[in-house]
Amino acid sequence: MKWLIAVMAALVLLAQAALAKEAAPLAEDPAVEQRMVKITEELRCLVCQNESLAGSQADLAKDLRQEVRELIKSGKSDDEVREFLVSRYGDFVLYRPRVKPVTYLLWSGPFLLLIAGILALMRYLRRRNRQLTEAPLTEEERRRAEALLK
Amino acid sequence: MNKFTWPLVIFILLVGLLAVGLNLNPREVPSPLIGKPAPAFEVAQLADPARKFSPKEMLGKVWLLNVWASWCVSCREEHPVIVEYAMKGLLPPVVGLNYKDKREDGLRWLARFGDPYLLSAFDADGRVGIDYGVYGVPETYLIDKAGVIRFKQIGPITPEVMEKKILPLVKELDK
Repeated sequence: MKWLIAVMAALVLLAQAALAKEAAPLAEDPAVEQRMVKITEELRCLVCQNESLAGSQADLAKDLRQEVRELIKSGKSDDEVREFLVSRYGDFVLYRPRVKPVTYLLWSGPFLLLIAGILALMRYLRRRNRQLTEAPLTEEERRRAEALLK
Repeated sequence: MNKFTWPLVIFILLVGLLAVGLNLNPREVPSPLIGKPAPAFEVAQLADPARKFSPKEMLGKVWLLNVWASWCVSCREEHPVIVEYAMKGLLPPVVGLNYKDKREDGLRWLARFGDPYLLSAFDADGRVGIDYGVYGVPETYLIDKAGVIRFKQIGPITPEVMEKKILPLVKELDK
């Protein structure tokens, strides 16, 4: 019985060791890593354009993540890191476009459409209301109706 | 005015917008560096590690910085065009930037396909590339006498790009 327990314990230990090998290597500095991921999640990878810089496996994305780590370590703020990338690759790297004259329409578009929709709906309802309220019968119409009812 | 007029107008406008959108090339990201001074760097030359190259050396000249690599497929397509125009003497000095390559591979590539470059700078770790906003090799920068980037070609230079964009601009900047 004892040896069985020992074998099982050994197996459990082995399994743990195997699992440990699969785990992602711990970053040297978790705080830096966390900030790096937070920043790069909002940036577009230029090679595979539908992936974020945080998730892309493209070589350029790896290089840029390393660059971002180094910028963070050198004491740059999140905004300064973003600025570093924008100055090289343009606004295109930002998933969240900046609010500036060229993007006013982009930012306000959905609200403008909503307002237009509400206005159109109000106009439609008002017109329908007017059609639904019955106009009182004229004298002539009343007489004809009475004649029919007799 | 028919009651279908407005929906039809909106529909046609939408189709127009979509047509334009679908015909844009999302791979061509306009460079924010156009009109700005070319980022400074100093790296070893490909052929001779002991010698350095810095864009400062090119001040006063109109020149091209062509980013290439031996592992890059489109570079193979572009290279003969550069060789041909350089041999005809139509091009200003072209400096190569050998991007994230192995020195032997880069040198072997030039020996095999021809070397139209004044020299090639060796950007082993891609740092210079990051400063220039390189995201897909090949890329080519046209830099004026004052060291300002005036044009960027993303992707291979074709004879058409050469004739229609690069050469006219070179002529203008050379005045």
